[in-house]
Amino acid sequence: MKTLAELNEIRERMKTKVSVRENGNTYRVVVGMATCGIAAGARPVMSALLSEVTAQHLEDTVHVSQTGCIGICQYEPVVEIFKGDEKYTYVKMTPEKMKEVVDSHLKNGKPITEYTIGSM
Amino acid sequence: MKELSLNILDIAQNSVKAGAKNIEISLAEEGNRLTFRITDDGCGMSEDFLARVLDPFTTTRTTRKVGLGLPLLKMAAEATGGSLEISSRSEKEHADHGTEVTATFYTDHIDCPPLGDIVSTVVLLLQNAPFEPRYVYSHSKGENVFSLDTDELHEQLGPDIPLSEPAVLEFTESYLREGEEGLG
Repeated sequence: MKTLAELNEIRERMKTKVSVRENGNTYRVVVGMATCGIAAGARPVMSALLSEVTAQHLEDTVHVSQTGCIGICQYEPVVEIFKGDEKYTYVKMTPEKMKEVVDSHLKNGKPITEYTIGSM
Repeated sequence: MKELSLNILDIAQNSVKAGAKNIEISLAEEGNRLTFRITDDGCGMSEDFLARVLDPFTTTRTTRKVGLGLPLLKMAAEATGGSLEISSRSEKEHADHGTEVTATFYTDHIDCPPLGDIVSTVVLLLQNAPFEPRYVYSHSKGENVFSLDTDELHEQLGPDIPLSEPAVLEFTESYLREGEEGLG
């Protein structure tokens, strides 16, 4: 049975980690979570992204956030990945495709171009 | 929307966009009746806008805070014999401003969408950093009640660790799943 007191352990563990993460060179992953995104299936995509990032221990190099409508509702769920000046826009995402992208792009630095908007 | 929990996510995201500092999500299941209510202290809506908010054709891009979400939710609720109510007080006119959306569904109706994965909905709301309003979530099934108050999480975590931290989200998800299972 989980208790809120377990958060104390996480707090202790995180103390050192948070400061390490302040340095750049990280991926910023943004998921469109407006009505259009949610209706198209953004929630399971986001859940898959979060659990995969945790499972692959990428918390220090990947920062996940949410945004509203990106303006291309017909391509939702949309996931944008930024690093420095680079930007990749993954479209019509599914939890399965998301896992592949985490493995290939975020872990091994190889974007999967066939899932990006340029190949639509 | 295929699940009611997706509508809850959508409405609560709008509360966040409305600048709410406190968002309460309550879900009550009694027999065949399911009611959910989302209350916030965001900027609210003017009386004029509130009167038009359920009409999909009067929503403009500048007021995309609502869009088609609410009219379709109202239709879905009424299709089961239920209802959707919205009350709102604009911050321009009221000191105690905010919005309350209440939807009632009858779950034994063939057209009633499933509640779906409410845990994912709550987890994704907590993940939405840097916006961190206080969330109070409660779910009751008959006599059984499960609730989560993010202030209690912050009390344990201290000021430096956000709720969006992956390790915290992982914990919160398991905590919520256990709590939901305990409702029976």
